[in-house]
Amino acid sequence: MPTFFERRQLVAPGDLLAEGVYIAGENTYKEDKKIYASRLGLVEYEDKKINVVALKAFYIPKVGDTVIGTVVEVGFNGWMVNINSPYLGLLRASDVLSRPFRPQKNDLSEVLDMGDLVIAKIVAYDRAHDPQLTVGEPGLGKITRGQVVKITPTKIPRLIGRKGSMISMIKEETGCHIILGHNGMILVTGKSLEDEQLAIMTVHKIEEESHTTGLTDRIAQMIRKEKEKTKQEEEKDNES
Amino acid sequence: MSHKPEKLLDKKGLRLDGRKPEELRPIKIEVGVLSNADGSAYIQQGKNKILAAVYGPKELHPKHLALPDRTVLRCRYHMAPFSVQERKSPAPSRREIELSKVIRESLEPTVFLEYYPRTGIDIFIEVLQADGGTRCASITAASLALADAGIPMRDLVAACAAGKIENTIVLDLDDTEDKIGGADVPVALMPNLNAVTLLQMDGILTLEEFEKAINLALEGCQKIYSMQKEALKAKYVNVKEAEE
Repeated sequence: MPTFFERRQLVAPGDLLAEGVYIAGENTYKEDKKIYASRLGLVEYEDKKINVVALKAFYIPKVGDTVIGTVVEVGFNGWMVNINSPYLGLLRASDVLSRPFRPQKNDLSEVLDMGDLVIAKIVAYDRAHDPQLTVGEPGLGKITRGQVVKITPTKIPRLIGRKGSMISMIKEETGCHIILGHNGMILVTGKSLEDEQLAIMTVHKIEEESHTTGLTDRIAQMIRKEKEKTKQEEEKDNES
Repeated sequence: MSHKPEKLLDKKGLRLDGRKPEELRPIKIEVGVLSNADGSAYIQQGKNKILAAVYGPKELHPKHLALPDRTVLRCRYHMAPFSVQERKSPAPSRREIELSKVIRESLEPTVFLEYYPRTGIDIFIEVLQADGGTRCASITAASLALADAGIPMRDLVAACAAGKIENTIVLDLDDTEDKIGGADVPVALMPNLNAVTLLQMDGILTLEEFEKAINLALEGCQKIYSMQKEALKAKYVNVKEAEE
């Protein structure tokens, strides 16, 4: 039962990862007792299961995920939301409005209009139906302030880090409030524009270098350096 | 048009561009060259210059084309008006429509179509400069663009042609060799699964010659495959090396 790659080695689609009694995990497939990679990524062996952590992928809805999306269509009894996935999310009017509504009377675009950003949770999804969303939980609903950035959805776990180490570090260092959508959309709200820009820059850096080691420390260093820089500039401005 | 050369092989057995019979043209591959597409690749094979872009999977328009059990793969092979010596009309010709179909069918077996029902994947192949063997180079580039887009695939697809000039079986024909020579056999291969996804023949070959040609083409595919893998990984390896 040999394996052909080391842990965290880069593999391309079609690379033979292992032979024998292994279980094909994420981004792999099994044929004739052989396990191959199906995406470009890093191999991870955990007991008998073989996973490939993809370097680039798109978001496939999963029940219970928090997502951030844009309203693209206002219908008679709900909205269509682009959740950065091959499938559009459906948000029903009855879910948003607590009172009963009549399509003839109420204008849904007064509540949510095209282009509005929402934080929602996926309540139902299967192969035959588009994912259904809800905003009926605390913390969900229309986004009124902050900035939204988009990254590859597979890098969200890296951004969270082990037990949330990465994300709590970014929050602390930048003083921003950050909400991660599982679909790769991230909402950053901070006290000032500079804080937000620093947080966004950090997020992009992590996305680019997610497959390298010792990232959390390096990112912390980078943020401190950037903060120093802005402080010095401010002092210079005050002097002049 | 340039005049017709009399001999395709010189006394030493070298071809017009100085290659040995079983030698590939110089190949340069780059992945992720277009920022607006979900995945992209660029290939230079000899004088061929080809761009491939992939969008999707995404909602399919027009919607009636969507299938309930799998995604629809669509492919457009197009030659730029300036890709050949005489201006080519930009409208899709009969040949381009056929090649679109041929390329699509050679890529279909590698994509896990059944993973994403009711959606579509679009592949756009733009030939910027053509010099024979564009269908093979297009397949090579398009399969990399698919991988770059993060679409789950069984394997990469590498493609290469072999053919006959002056009774010699040669690898990777260019435009003149293709037009004057005896035969042309394009082959596309999924190297790890050892499965052929495209096999065509144009011209006349004996059974032995055909076998020789196909084996030579398969060897060429393997060589192209290692270059493909290198190009695909290059983007990420560079970042890693710079940081560590």
